[in-house]
Amino acid sequence: MVEQQHEVEGDLTVEHEHTTHSQGFYLAIGAALLVLTATTVAAAFVNLGPFNPVIALLIATIKATLVIIFFMHVKGASEKLTGAIVVSGFFFLAILIALSLADYMTRSWR
Amino acid sequence: MTTSQATTGSVTTMEHEAHNPALLHHFSDAQQQKNAASLGMWLFLVTEIMFFGGMFCAYLVYRLAHFNAFAAASQQLSIKMGAFNTAVLIVSSVTVVLAVKAAEVGKRKLLVGYLVVTVLLGLTFLVVKGFEYNEKFERHHVPGATFKFTDTFDDNGKQIPVNPKEAELFFSIYFVMTGMHALHMIIGCGLFSVLAILSWKGHYTPGYFTPIENAGLYWHLVDIIWIYLFPLLYLISRHS
Repeated sequence: MVEQQHEVEGDLTVEHEHTTHSQGFYLAIGAALLVLTATTVAAAFVNLGPFNPVIALLIATIKATLVIIFFMHVKGASEKLTGAIVVSGFFFLAILIALSLADYMTRSWR
Repeated sequence: MTTSQATTGSVTTMEHEAHNPALLHHFSDAQQQKNAASLGMWLFLVTEIMFFGGMFCAYLVYRLAHFNAFAAASQQLSIKMGAFNTAVLIVSSVTVVLAVKAAEVGKRKLLVGYLVVTVLLGLTFLVVKGFEYNEKFERHHVPGATFKFTDTFDDNGKQIPVNPKEAELFFSIYFVMTGMHALHMIIGCGLFSVLAILSWKGHYTPGYFTPIENAGLYWHLVDIIWIYLFPLLYLISRHS
């Protein structure tokens, strides 16, 4: 019985493996995301020529990366496989967009 | 299979009594079960990325082909409402991650509180979206028989007329993308409502709160999609 009691504890060890961060850390990331949102709105009103959409997408990507790494805990994920799946998802998205644009953006060349 | 089924259906021998009640029999330990659930969730999220990716790709192709019309149409959207909704979603992502933390340390009431706040923030987003849609109907900016578009593209003070058909294309993409996003928000609000009730009943312990974590992953992805939708739809060529 004592041994089984020990087993119960062994099964629950997952609770001690904290993958989350402190409350203050999450609030700081949230604040950073809000500041970046304000930045992207402000940047949209400045004429940067062809760089306006580049800046907008760069800020959006920084925000998405913060969310994925710190809120979705990809960095703390114990499974390497999870990381591989996340990366492969974006890889195939890149193929979709790159090959589509390689077609549509070169049609006027004739 | 739910946790309660696993609990009531399996406690037959001494050996089984020793198990964490949330641990299903085909997993060797709780960590493996958690990893499997997380992996499955990420696979689903990848299909979601590809699903929205197709729409983002369509948006990109038409934006490049009809830039002036897209800019003129985009300028009819309310930046205030869009930015407010972005902030609402970011705050809701923070409350979700704090809910996961509360579940991890076993603070049941705090967990329920964060989940309820998340649902309320999600509903706030949808109400604001509703006001935006209403404005589009009033101004005949909804694609279809009554669509009207008379605004021009401001090219450094020079007003260039745009083809209303091309502006209609922008609003078609706007309604499909924000509509699909809103549908995901509605599903997320439903998910968190159910999870709040189950959490209140004490279904989740520090040893088992995978559904909270996975619903959180879903919510963050919906947040990320909006993070891209906001600049792409609302902020085209605003500087002129």
